[in-house]
Amino acid sequence: MDIKTIAPATKAPRPRPLSPNIQNYRPQLTSVLSIANRITGVVLSIGAVGLVIWLSAAAAGPEPYATVQQTVRSWIGRIVMLGFTFAFFLHLCGGIRHLVWDTVHGFELRSIYISGWSVVAASVVLTVAAWAAGLYVGGWL
Amino acid sequence: MAERVTAIALVPLTLWFVASIIAHAGSDYTAFISWLRTPFAAGGMILLLIALFHHTALGLQVVIEDYVHSGARFAAVIAIQLCCYGLAVTGILATLRIAFGS
Repeated sequence: MDIKTIAPATKAPRPRPLSPNIQNYRPQLTSVLSIANRITGVVLSIGAVGLVIWLSAAAAGPEPYATVQQTVRSWIGRIVMLGFTFAFFLHLCGGIRHLVWDTVHGFELRSIYISGWSVVAASVVLTVAAWAAGLYVGGWL
Repeated sequence: MAERVTAIALVPLTLWFVASIIAHAGSDYTAFISWLRTPFAAGGMILLLIALFHHTALGLQVVIEDYVHSGARFAAVIAIQLCCYGLAVTGILATLRIAFGS
């Protein structure tokens, strides 16, 4: 039998769907936390630059340090710092979850959801606790 | 592997850092400097900077490798590494200036 009777060469192949079609999927805790760990990592990279600026300002003297402190203590600065705090704790807890997975533990669907919601809850609690402690020690100003 | 090693190192180092920042929330420049001049704080800060920027370089490299597919990928990875290790050195030098400054 001629091969052309089975697969006519004249017909162009139908375009196949490309993978991954991330926009077709309903966001789930698992996927949201996965991308959140990456986003917070990138955000914290910017925070790390801030750490170096802060240390350099402290090394340069009281005036540059005061300028940095003033910026951090402004309302925008505080919102940014609150964001960094939450990003830090989410990345920390998410990272610990990954380290547990590295030991080949907690891969059952139930465990994944328990650890996932624990990461979210712990990050919120730790962020609130850190700011409550900071404001208690330092006062509102 | 190195990403895991730095991650484990960063757990105590970053928690110590956050706790120290909270403890110094109301401190002025003099109090902050005298804290950073103690060997423990200066040593901890230097270890933090090394682990932090090593971890950052590795993490950002993975992000670049996932999203940059052109010839710019190699240049981007090199740029990230230069920035990260440059920032680490800058931070360490600043810490040493504070620790050993007059």
